[in-house]
Amino acid sequence: MKVVLQNLTKKFPNRNKKGTDVIAVNDFSFEIPDGKLVGLLGPSGCGKSTTLFMICGLEEPTEGNIFFGEDNVTELPPEHRGVGVVFQNYALYPHLTVRQNIIFPLQNLKGADKLSKEEMNERVLEAAKLVQIEELMERKPSELSGGQQQRVAIARAMVKMPMVLLLDEPLSNLDARLRLQTREEIRRIQKETGITTIFVTHDQEEAMSISDVIVVMKSGELQQIGKPQDIYDDPVNLFVAKFLGTPPINIFQGKVKGGKLYLTENTAVLDVPNVADQDVTVGIRPEGFIPDEHGSLSCNLVRVEVMGRDISVVSTHPACENPNVRSIIDADIEIDPESTTVCFSLKPHKVLLFDKETGKRIYFT
Amino acid sequence: MSRNNSKSWLYLLPAILFLGIFMVYPLIDVLIYSFEEGYNFASQTFFDIGWYNFSYVLHDAYFLQAVKNTFLMVIITVPLSTGIALLISVGISSIKPLRNLFQTIYFLPYVTNTLAVGLVFMILFKKTAYSDGLINLLINWFGGSSIDFIDGPYWAKMFVMCFYIIWVVMPFKILLLTSALSSVNQHYYNAAKVDGTSRLRTFTKITLPMISPTIFYLVITGFIGAFKEYSNAVALFGTNLNAAEMNTIVGYVYDMLYGDSGGYPSYASAAAIILFAIVLTITCINLLVSRKHTYYV
Repeated sequence: MKVVLQNLTKKFPNRNKKGTDVIAVNDFSFEIPDGKLVGLLGPSGCGKSTTLFMICGLEEPTEGNIFFGEDNVTELPPEHRGVGVVFQNYALYPHLTVRQNIIFPLQNLKGADKLSKEEMNERVLEAAKLVQIEELMERKPSELSGGQQQRVAIARAMVKMPMVLLLDEPLSNLDARLRLQTREEIRRIQKETGITTIFVTHDQEEAMSISDVIVVMKSGELQQIGKPQDIYDDPVNLFVAKFLGTPPINIFQGKVKGGKLYLTENTAVLDVPNVADQDVTVGIRPEGFIPDEHGSLSCNLVRVEVMGRDISVVSTHPACENPNVRSIIDADIEIDPESTTVCFSLKPHKVLLFDKETGKRIYFT
Repeated sequence: MSRNNSKSWLYLLPAILFLGIFMVYPLIDVLIYSFEEGYNFASQTFFDIGWYNFSYVLHDAYFLQAVKNTFLMVIITVPLSTGIALLISVGISSIKPLRNLFQTIYFLPYVTNTLAVGLVFMILFKKTAYSDGLINLLINWFGGSSIDFIDGPYWAKMFVMCFYIIWVVMPFKILLLTSALSSVNQHYYNAAKVDGTSRLRTFTKITLPMISPTIFYLVITGFIGAFKEYSNAVALFGTNLNAAEMNTIVGYVYDMLYGDSGGYPSYASAAAIILFAIVLTITCINLLVSRKHTYYV
């Protein structure tokens, strides 16, 4: 089912010390196509979870509308929206067994939707099979590992056969190895069922790796929406550029003069046609550096980190805002760790220019 | 390891000494007294050792009355006070404005002196030469005839007694239950809400199991407290509880020691041991029953 948010705004009255309203989500509009896995990405406190809670109906929007397909569900209580929610801490009822937890939503159904015992058991078994927890049915949540609890929570959300599955920080409570496993698991379940899925995360890697579409948020406002690779390659502003990518993008203070980009007073590092003379913030992705003896960007070498598949060159540059300039280059290229300077030329499409004041992207090709 | 051990014993010593002198020794003493037949306070002598004291107490009409009274109080006040306290706590937890005010109001009886409260209840219920008491005025208003709650029929006295006990024990229960309720994570309620769980089902299937340890604690201490009821009866009916037919087991023990007909530590000890046996049995039953229904995190 397609999910459309229209001018969604959520204000919390008197939440901060000054007694003024806090705007958690501000004029939020986007459309989530049917059957996609969407990552709501942003730093802590940017309103991602509030947005999710508004979609599932736990929070009422101050303004704006939510559509599921063609239906306006803004006023609808959560149980009539057909959403399944997996909460950040899973919220499994600790006094109930896995089976009782999963069957719980089904036992709430009334009237025409009411299921017989056999139907319920069948649905529970189906959901359990989907997340592969058939052997754990009689255990209590406290007897399960974090990853297993996560699966139970997903099963409980899926057993109602919802139209939309919502996950709030689904991986944040898991350790690193389990996180990798579980995100593939979520991807698999989403693919298998074809259900429109929205998940909230502050981890850009997580969002990039499994989402079909990423929605980047900051302070309650939509920054950019698009395919992970597109957003990475083509961020609309400095915030998005900084937020996506590990290692993070290298930020320099530079100047455009006569269609050329200067990081230091005298040496131009790149041709930037069609850009007016001005001070700019320059972002260079770590993979945008090419070691080149005659390269125009000269940095002071700090160390070379070997990572096997490629190597990471750590250096410093006076115009760089990050403590270090970090570049990732092919392992075949040899860098002398003893030398004091290293020179690079740049891949133009990995260099991003931003307005110094507003942080807006300046396009140069 | 052993040094640590001796150190910890040293820390425990004051408490052990204190408890030993004022709790363990008297307990053993009571047990011994209860088997010493015909014990004489003055000469500190006794005739024989045996079950006579128990048999005397169990055949004493006053004791049987006290047992009946105590059991009635327990059976009436423990479920009622816990139930009402739960309702009030749920109420308090679900409102936002004036919540602190209500919490304070409901907690006030706890810090009020028992005898002062008893006096208030006398004014409410007692029939005097000048007035029939506030409650009787109300009853008259609705067309009933006055009832003497303090010196009248047995059921009326028992009603006032239970009403009084419930009122006195409730604040503490409300306090504990409201804090238990507020400690239930909002996430569970959110999950229940998304699944369209009705309020009743949310309460019985989620809230109650989550606060069951607190309820269980309140029931057990409530039982024990109600079995040890005495001062509240004195506050309402004065010290001559036998005459008022409102004596309790603890009251009987006190009377046997210091009352007008007192001076019989052996009988008092026997009664105390019987009370101990009753409380122990009930608490064990409570533990067994609750094991099935209590969930600990």
